[in-house]
Amino acid sequence: MSGTWMTTRAWLLMLPLLVIMVAVIGWPLVDTVRLSFTDAQLVGTAGNYVGFDNYTKMLTSSNFTRTLTTTTWFAVISVAAEMVLGVLAALLLNQEFRGRAVLRGLMILPWALPTVVNATLWRLIYNPEYGALNAALTQLHIIDDYRSWLGEPGTALAALIVADCWKNFPLVALIALAALQAVPRDITAAALVDGAGPFNRFRFVILPYLAGPLMVALVLRTIEAFKVFDIIWVMTRGGPANSTRSLSILVYQEAFSFQRAGSGASLALIVTLLVTVLAVAYATLVKKTAGSAA
Amino acid sequence: MERKSSVFTAFIYVCAILLAAVILAPLAWLFIMSISPAADLAAKPLRWWPQAADFSRYTQLISRAENSAGAAFTSSLRNSLEVAGMATLAAIVLAVPAGWAVSRTPSVGWSLSMVIATYMLPPVALSVPLYMGLSYLGLLNNVFGLALIYLTILAPFTTWLMKSGFDSIPREIEAAAMIDGAGLLQTWRIITLPLAAPVVATSALFAVLLAWDEFFYALLFTSDQRAKTLTVAIADLAGGRVSDYGLIATAGVLAALPPVLIGLVMQRALISGLTSGGVKG
Repeated sequence: MSGTWMTTRAWLLMLPLLVIMVAVIGWPLVDTVRLSFTDAQLVGTAGNYVGFDNYTKMLTSSNFTRTLTTTTWFAVISVAAEMVLGVLAALLLNQEFRGRAVLRGLMILPWALPTVVNATLWRLIYNPEYGALNAALTQLHIIDDYRSWLGEPGTALAALIVADCWKNFPLVALIALAALQAVPRDITAAALVDGAGPFNRFRFVILPYLAGPLMVALVLRTIEAFKVFDIIWVMTRGGPANSTRSLSILVYQEAFSFQRAGSGASLALIVTLLVTVLAVAYATLVKKTAGSAA
Repeated sequence: MERKSSVFTAFIYVCAILLAAVILAPLAWLFIMSISPAADLAAKPLRWWPQAADFSRYTQLISRAENSAGAAFTSSLRNSLEVAGMATLAAIVLAVPAGWAVSRTPSVGWSLSMVIATYMLPPVALSVPLYMGLSYLGLLNNVFGLALIYLTILAPFTTWLMKSGFDSIPREIEAAAMIDGAGLLQTWRIITLPLAAPVVATSALFAVLLAWDEFFYALLFTSDQRAKTLTVAIADLAGGRVSDYGLIATAGVLAALPPVLIGLVMQRALISGLTSGGVKG
């Protein structure tokens, strides 16, 4: 069969997918770019061309800088904690002990729990009047009075990060565990014979095997954390006093609550650009790690 | 191997118990809340274990009496099933030929890479035109419209999984069938699709999980019982004026059951699907 026919056939087979993707992703993205240069409202007026007004307005607003900081904190801390906890859990699950298979099975549960259910569950746990956290901490005499964990700017973001970590570190653990199981036993045995201590064995023998899969997990989790909407929306709606507002929530408010489609679109594209830069930087890093690990 | 000291063994068991507790405690509490009488949940000090298990909220949510919490819940359950089912079916129908094409003809692979790169896009970057488009087509607050939008998430993912699946089926088997005179469709029917069936099943389950979990688009594009999905219904309950926290917990348990069961049953396949991305880097 000729190569041209193979290629033509491949394109024909891909056509349905590509048509749908252009319709639901390609066109909306292009239209978002167009809207971002207009003062269009969500409903009604089509809007006039306003140049870069939306961009300058959004980038210089204190809302944007503050939200960017909040989102960055959320992403950096939750992803870092998920990585550390995930690797520690994987190292544990790679040991031999009774009940290990059951414990490995349990790790799938938080991952499978729908994000909204997870957020609702933690919202109930943090409840200021009847929540389990307040009850447990008072009964253990750690705190004297019930506190509004999600209602105070000082604790709301930390409370969200805990809830996000609980759901996501098991996934990192499962990915790291799969990588650990690929480490050949003779290599760890040889390092042991050569007198390498636990730290050196981890650093020089095991880590190279973990680096690739962990980098991918890091990239995916960071992008997800930067785009975060669901868990924050359900738990705090960005409050109190906007202290937990993420970039996605800011865009939602601008475009849908205030119905300013134009400036909402420009904000959405700024976020997209940030995520893309992050992803490209990471992808370069992944290639480097993969190269050095091989 | 290293001989493990008993101190080390004890340390391992302590850590294992701690990890199990961290994973299970919140889940167990969700279930306990769902069967505790409202008075127990409001008691101070909190009653951690119900005096009598009370399953009435489950029957309450599953009942279909008009204007009850149950009516809102069952309709959102039905909407979630419909949207997840339709979107998954469509995603698989798109993914099988496209995944096969990329697997057998790598020169078109760049187009799939572009499709997958859209994963980086935050949904907010598409949401305004999608809202206007659905509104123009009269598909706002409509399960078909929502299922169509879910293809933005489901289709790239399933195509990528199918491509990896087809990669592991030797093309020599297909070539042999073709030499024997089978056409492309016949080869697929007799050789390729039966061999790829497990991958199709895994991709479909992943797609169902993704659709079941989706919240942002559902929040934007649905407004009442005709199309609201479970995630939106639960967020409504959690953010609303429901005074019985046990009822919110019950809705959470019911919404979590299908994906958790899928997760437990499909564990091996799901983990290998999740980690294949990591291994291939």
